[in-house]
Amino acid sequence: MSTATFRIWRGKGQEGRFEDYSTEYSEGMVVLDAVHKVQAEQAPDLAVRWNCKAGKCGSCSAEVNGKPKLMCMTRLSDLPLNEPVTVEPMKAFPPIKDLVTDVSWNYRVKQRIRKFAPRKPDFEDGTWRIDQQDVERVQEFRKCIECYLCQDVCHVLRDHRLHSQFVGPRFFVYAAALDMHPLDTEDRLPDLQQRDGIGFCNITKCCTKVCPENITITDNAIIPLKERVVDRFYDPLGRLLGFFRRK
Amino acid sequence: MAEYESHEYDVLVIGAGGAGLSAAIEASAAGVSVGVVCKSLLGKAHTVMAEGGIAASLATVDDRDSWKVHFADTMRGGQYLNNWRMAELHAKEAPDRVRELEAYGALFDRTAEGRILQRNFGGHKYPRLAHVGDRTGLEMIRTLQDHGIHQGMQVYMEHTVLSLLKREGRVVGAFGYERERGRFHLWQAGAVVLATGGIGKAFRITSNSWEYSGDGHALAYHAGADLIGMEFVQFHPTGMVWPPSVRGILVTEGVRGEGGILMNKDRRRFMFDDIPDLYKNQTADNPEEGWRYTQGDKEARRPPELLTRDHVARCIMREIRQGRGSPHGGVFLDIAWIREKLPNAAEHIRKKLPSMYHQFMELAGIDITQEAMEVGPTTHYVMGGIRVDADTQMSTVPGLFAAGECASGLHGANRLGGNSLSDLLVFGKRAGHYAAVRSQEFPVGPSDSGQLEKVIQEALAPFERESDGEGAYQIQHELQDCMQDRVGIVRRQEEMEQAVKTIQELRQRASRVRVTGNREYNPGWHTAMDLDSLLTVSEAVARAGIERKESRGAHFRADCPDKDEAMGKVTMVVRKGTDSTMQIEQQAVPAMPDELQQIIKEMQ
Repeated sequence: MSTATFRIWRGKGQEGRFEDYSTEYSEGMVVLDAVHKVQAEQAPDLAVRWNCKAGKCGSCSAEVNGKPKLMCMTRLSDLPLNEPVTVEPMKAFPPIKDLVTDVSWNYRVKQRIRKFAPRKPDFEDGTWRIDQQDVERVQEFRKCIECYLCQDVCHVLRDHRLHSQFVGPRFFVYAAALDMHPLDTEDRLPDLQQRDGIGFCNITKCCTKVCPENITITDNAIIPLKERVVDRFYDPLGRLLGFFRRK
Repeated sequence: MAEYESHEYDVLVIGAGGAGLSAAIEASAAGVSVGVVCKSLLGKAHTVMAEGGIAASLATVDDRDSWKVHFADTMRGGQYLNNWRMAELHAKEAPDRVRELEAYGALFDRTAEGRILQRNFGGHKYPRLAHVGDRTGLEMIRTLQDHGIHQGMQVYMEHTVLSLLKREGRVVGAFGYERERGRFHLWQAGAVVLATGGIGKAFRITSNSWEYSGDGHALAYHAGADLIGMEFVQFHPTGMVWPPSVRGILVTEGVRGEGGILMNKDRRRFMFDDIPDLYKNQTADNPEEGWRYTQGDKEARRPPELLTRDHVARCIMREIRQGRGSPHGGVFLDIAWIREKLPNAAEHIRKKLPSMYHQFMELAGIDITQEAMEVGPTTHYVMGGIRVDADTQMSTVPGLFAAGECASGLHGANRLGGNSLSDLLVFGKRAGHYAAVRSQEFPVGPSDSGQLEKVIQEALAPFERESDGEGAYQIQHELQDCMQDRVGIVRRQEEMEQAVKTIQELRQRASRVRVTGNREYNPGWHTAMDLDSLLTVSEAVARAGIERKESRGAHFRADCPDKDEAMGKVTMVVRKGTDSTMQIEQQAVPAMPDELQQIIKEMQ
């Protein structure tokens, strides 16, 4: 077995420092395995969130060598092990301890978004008929595992800290999933334009690049929502036509 | 005494997977106040890992399906040790629960007519699993979560319950701690629903995460409730085996449902070599017929790869033990071969099994559309658990309810794939409903402060021990090795007796565990707090396994390899004796009413 060094952030709240831990590694190990090994052998109180260890629950988000990653899906064989591997918590959320951050803001934001409101069932037995094609368009968004790596990398949250005016890519994906749901009838555009700050996104696509589920966040979710917002609120001709249509 | 925060709810739900959220949604809908306590963040529970689908006789793909067929399949799969009433309710109510989930926003894959598509799965006679690719569990938990957060329930994320509180013989609340600050919390409630999931973490190779330490089982046991069927632990036949760090991660049965075949190192399809009598009539006797079945041919019988999980797991173990395994100690699971049959096979596989494609590509560097996977059995599910009343889901302790994996009865000696997600929906809802009703008859009252003080003292003791005490991780690892090696897929009397002895020694060591650091988000402490649950459920599994001197369903004994007719009529009941030692008792399985017996006969 060979040895690698992991430079792991140890801290409470805003205070802390990197500490180096050397540990043995074997074929196929991922960063989360190394963190667990350090925890079991050298630092029993090292705080880390994890659950499924298979990239399905989105709990073990962190920054590995400065990149937002799921620790359970980051293989050591893809990292240069001749130098220390840095592992630190996400930056867009308040740190709690070591690798664990306070992501509760995301839960509060989600609660504010208008919930799914289906149209009346198509049949008396309470069922609907839906085309597979319509299902597939939304299924991409519903793959989201809520790891919040897209939120972490988004400069509006990470650098400008506009958490109170901007919901972040995760919740644009969520809103898009609801909006494009074949049964949904709710109107979320006014919220997106005003309260949720979709205008702050300047489509740098950082979120799309880090998504472990490969959701095309910017192109398939955010841009279509932006277009709808523009059509509704900023297009004078459209507004005029809309005015006549409503008559 | 240390300080704690107090909360009051009509109904307290412990666990926020499919069963817990279903219970909380139903109780909230009944108009009572609901608190939900969960060990992880909301939406991360193990339900998220479920891949295959939700079993329900919607009959959208094959109109011969009905609740009766589903009932008979479930009973056959469970080797008739199931609680027949639960199997009946489950089969009758599952279709409505799936439709309800759709009304909450779940988007299932569709048939050409736009109805919910259903897929084949082991032990189910007709295509019965409503699904979303191979990420049905994610769709289900997210749908319940996104619906639930608007129902008014209060969720305590990253909180762990240490003890249930009782007064005058009934459960009146729970006491535990939060991870972030390590502070204690008291939840007083009119009724408590346990929905804590399984016990997989008691084994070394498992598809379960750290959370599955049998907390609900142990909490109920210590509160005086009966546990039944604990000898039945399901080893899923297909977990990943390579590389070592991913060993145990689940490979969905959906791979076989879509045409995947099992082969040994000689490329022989060994599943054709041993087809149990109970299933002979329903199983294909040649590869061609099996393939046609997976492609929806209603005249064809299912391939032997889709026999029940207990059987497939044992066949795989046989190949491995007899030296016909794959290079890393598994067997081959091949879906890539379907390119012989389908022109666009690679695309088809990526579409039908996206997470599997992703999982093998990312974690093992294997492209499943081009080469075979290596798989082997992994601890997956416990059929045993808290004994409940079939209709209300109340345990043998008044005020305490249980639903989902931590409850027992529906699955008997072996669970069919897909019956777990439907179990969560059907019995989660029932538990929530009846807990809400009960909470109106027994309002919240004061708790016994002496009881709280004792729990706090025990929880803090590891911080105060002398420096020679050992850490919790080592004990946990030794327990996992012990259970894996001695109470695993193939069991023997002496080995299980040896395991009971080891568990008792580990319990002694656990009472001297030392924790360093402080109470704030300290995994060393959390692991120490979980040890009691792990040790309790492990002992229950081993003792029940010793008592069942036969092989049936998931319980296979090399020293008693056959079924014993008399044993097929009894359930093993585990409970805490008055002297605090574990007692075990055999009780007769309740007789099935004639009309249900008739259904089983018709479906043979």
